[in-house]
Amino acid sequence: MMFTPDIVLTATINGLMTGAVYALIALGLTLVYGVLHIINFAHGATLTAAMFGVLVLNQALGIDPYLAILVLTPLFFALGYAVQRLVIGPASHGEDVNILLVTLGLAIIIENALLAIFRSDTRSVDTPYGFSVIEVGNLFLSTPRVIAFFGSIAVAVALWLVLARTDTGKAIRAVAKEKTGAALVGIDVRHVYAVTFGLGAACVAIAACLLMPTFYVNPRVGGAFVLVAFTIVVLGGMGSIAGALVGGLFIGVVESLSGLYLGESLGQIGIFLIFILVLLFRPTGLFGAKA
Amino acid sequence: MSKSTFSITRRTLLQGAAATTALVAAPAYLRAQSAPIKVGILQPVTGALAFDGQQGRIGAELAIEMINGAGGIDGQMIEPVFGDARSTPEGGTAEVEKMQAEGVVAIVGGFASPICLASSQAASRYDLPYLVDVGVSDQIVSRGLTNTFRFGPGFGKVTQQALENLVKINEAAGNPAKTVVLVHEDGLFGSGLAQLLQNELPKRGFEVLQTLAHPTPARDMSNIALQIRAANPDLVIPSSYYGEFVLLARTMQQQRIQPKGIYAVLNGAASNFRFVQEFPDAAENVMDCNHWHDPRKEESQALLERVRADGNVWTYNIPLNYSNVKLLADAIARAGSTERTAIRDALAASTFEDHVMPYGPTQFVDGQNQGAAPVNTQVQGGDIKVIFPEDFADAEAVFPVT
Repeated sequence: MMFTPDIVLTATINGLMTGAVYALIALGLTLVYGVLHIINFAHGATLTAAMFGVLVLNQALGIDPYLAILVLTPLFFALGYAVQRLVIGPASHGEDVNILLVTLGLAIIIENALLAIFRSDTRSVDTPYGFSVIEVGNLFLSTPRVIAFFGSIAVAVALWLVLARTDTGKAIRAVAKEKTGAALVGIDVRHVYAVTFGLGAACVAIAACLLMPTFYVNPRVGGAFVLVAFTIVVLGGMGSIAGALVGGLFIGVVESLSGLYLGESLGQIGIFLIFILVLLFRPTGLFGAKA
Repeated sequence: MSKSTFSITRRTLLQGAAATTALVAAPAYLRAQSAPIKVGILQPVTGALAFDGQQGRIGAELAIEMINGAGGIDGQMIEPVFGDARSTPEGGTAEVEKMQAEGVVAIVGGFASPICLASSQAASRYDLPYLVDVGVSDQIVSRGLTNTFRFGPGFGKVTQQALENLVKINEAAGNPAKTVVLVHEDGLFGSGLAQLLQNELPKRGFEVLQTLAHPTPARDMSNIALQIRAANPDLVIPSSYYGEFVLLARTMQQQRIQPKGIYAVLNGAASNFRFVQEFPDAAENVMDCNHWHDPRKEESQALLERVRADGNVWTYNIPLNYSNVKLLADAIARAGSTERTAIRDALAASTFEDHVMPYGPTQFVDGQNQGAAPVNTQVQGGDIKVIFPEDFADAEAVFPVT
């Protein structure tokens, strides 16, 4: 099927904008994997919880979703820190398998708690700018999605700077590379683990704030994003920040264009085709270090 | 000595036992007069269909509350036995077994067709009357199960009405709509409906420009909106679930895509007040052909106000389940017994009209209520109005919109 260049261009831009949010969600996942070497199954549930956080702040206190970033980011950082320090760490007894199960359990608890509190109703927030567009030529770009695009990239850059330039970042990288060695030179490994987990949760909190002006929330919504985020983490290279960003944008565009040409139902095929190809020919991912 | 002690003990024991039996038996006999009638309320209240399941349960609970408040069925209260089908057919059948063990006299609910199919079949093994609340698959009433009754309309009836009403609404406006784009979710429901519309619309003078499928859940509907804009149809006919339709309607509004009408068929959102409240501009003038209460009945208005006062959202699940429980209570009262076959026969012979749906008195043929039909609703001024058929309408269609 042939499409006019306008449609293809718009679909590509749409893909980039969706992909940036995927990348932001994948960032938290890849960071936790890179340092703790575990897959955090509670990532999707955390995203859902943060989206409900945006909804509650908006409906109860009238706080704009973008301003909610200032509230939810520190809150989710603290929650992530506390959960790792008080629940996941002690429950794991040093076994990675245990951590996997603990995060899976947490996911079930969070989702069902949200179901009990908010019920399964699908809800959205209405903002004054929800329907505003930026006109570029004869394209209408949704303002909140453009904001989400730049917001996600800014967070990725900030996270990269934190890891590259600050002492905490150095400690995180040290623990990621060699846990025992890091402990020997006086780094508090448990603290670093918890900080990493907190950063992961903070990333999804920001993603939730950027998503809510254009998306909806119900207790199972996180799953829709996290499956893609897993793919991105593998594609970009497990633990790689740059990989997550590039991978996210790439997957967004692939999904959008394959959706356009093959039909939305088959849009996922493009993603998983690439996923399989990467696993076959470059198992470490685009930016992954050789194991 | 030991012997005499033994005989005394045995006698005392026997006396005691007899006395105890009498004590326990007497109240049991007395209780039988006012023992509650257990009714199974089966809904998927967790999992993917949890929202619909919770809505259905609200309707059933309100009917039970109303019936018990008015003295029950000949003095006997209805006691609901709630079951969670967990959004799967297996979950539904497991609950039927539990309800059977609990001693229910009938089951109401199921919501989704696969759950209704499996659960009614499981119930049929115990001759347990099963009232389908929504499940539109026509297979449900074509299996020859004598225990299964469907008060609402099936898929064939809904689509036939949807097409007929569309033609009438279009004719009344001077046939402004000639071209159509179909948007559907790619599951059994959406694909089946799209296939049917694709075949039937051309016979009625409409040209189907494009058929766009999308997955559930969809994270983005921008591409669908783009293609609608490129095709520029007079009419968009969506068959999707709530979240995706909301995304589509919002994106269409944002992209300034304004067809002459949006005519949904069995669409989750276009008959949902939550959507109307949250996005009044995107929802305005959207039409739907769906289950809906009869707005002209006082009881349906009272029910709607009660639901709102409780802080709940109004969807068609509520009046459908409310009416089904009332229909069952009427059958039990007329059967004069909680015998399953008696209730079944009373249901089959029922001409019940004290419900809140726009159907008229019930008349079951092979378990299907013959008068059941969908209506056309339209979002007008932040409210959902019935626009067709005229007998039940409380507003006139706004068409074409632009």
